[in-house]
Amino acid sequence: MKRGFIAIALVTLGMLSYALHQAMVGAPMERTMGEVQRIFYYHVPSAWVAFLCFFVNFLASIWYLVKRSVKPDAIALACAEVGVVFCTIVLITGPLWAKPVWGIWWTWDARLTSTLVLWLIYISYLILRKYSSGGQTPVIAAALAIFGFVDVPLVYMSIRWFRTQHPQPVIGGGEGSGIHPGMFSALMWNFAAFTLFAAVLIYLRYRLEVVQQQVETAYADRALARDVRGAR
Amino acid sequence: MTYLYAAYVVTWVIHILYLLYLTRRFARLRDEVKELEQGK
Repeated sequence: MKRGFIAIALVTLGMLSYALHQAMVGAPMERTMGEVQRIFYYHVPSAWVAFLCFFVNFLASIWYLVKRSVKPDAIALACAEVGVVFCTIVLITGPLWAKPVWGIWWTWDARLTSTLVLWLIYISYLILRKYSSGGQTPVIAAALAIFGFVDVPLVYMSIRWFRTQHPQPVIGGGEGSGIHPGMFSALMWNFAAFTLFAAVLIYLRYRLEVVQQQVETAYADRALARDVRGAR
Repeated sequence: MTYLYAAYVVTWVIHILYLLYLTRRFARLRDEVKELEQGK
């Protein structure tokens, strides 16, 4: 298992390096925006990974409410945390791209605002998980995750439903959309590399959570045994 | 180019910080497990 994980981690590292090379050198320069357009190869895959993590968190939360076991709860938490990491990157790389292209760091349009709301929803999920100590915390967190996920399709569809400063979709956006094959290839490499990297991070965070819960149970058992001995 | 490099650097700084955070938590947990085993 350990050897398999190391092999996957090395493959991920190799893919991330190649994807970075594709983004910086392999993809052709965009004519209007110039070199700064290359932010696209990190911004878009990060958003995709964040959506994917929140989707798995949503499924794991439903699974937890049905089964009430440690596994789905740990998966949900791991996915939410990794999703927040990638969503943070989206919210930082977006303004870094917007400033030279739009002349502003931020605007309250539907895409940007709904993404910020999404980030806040999952930050509140993580705060709830960290600071609430009641036995019902995983249940409340699962309910929050299920309702919070409603924002993901809203973020995705916002550029189709509303007129936004944010550009229209370049892939699957209907007539007039589409990108140069060289750009598409670089984008796909980054999609694959970031997805694999997120899977590695989720696995690590999941293992951490499972062991953490085992340690907490062991401490509780030990305290209970001490109380029982004291009562005798 | 400054904005491009800033975006890439920020992305990797966030990922590395998160990996460091996970590593530190694993190390702390390993100590707790050792402590539990010694206390048995």
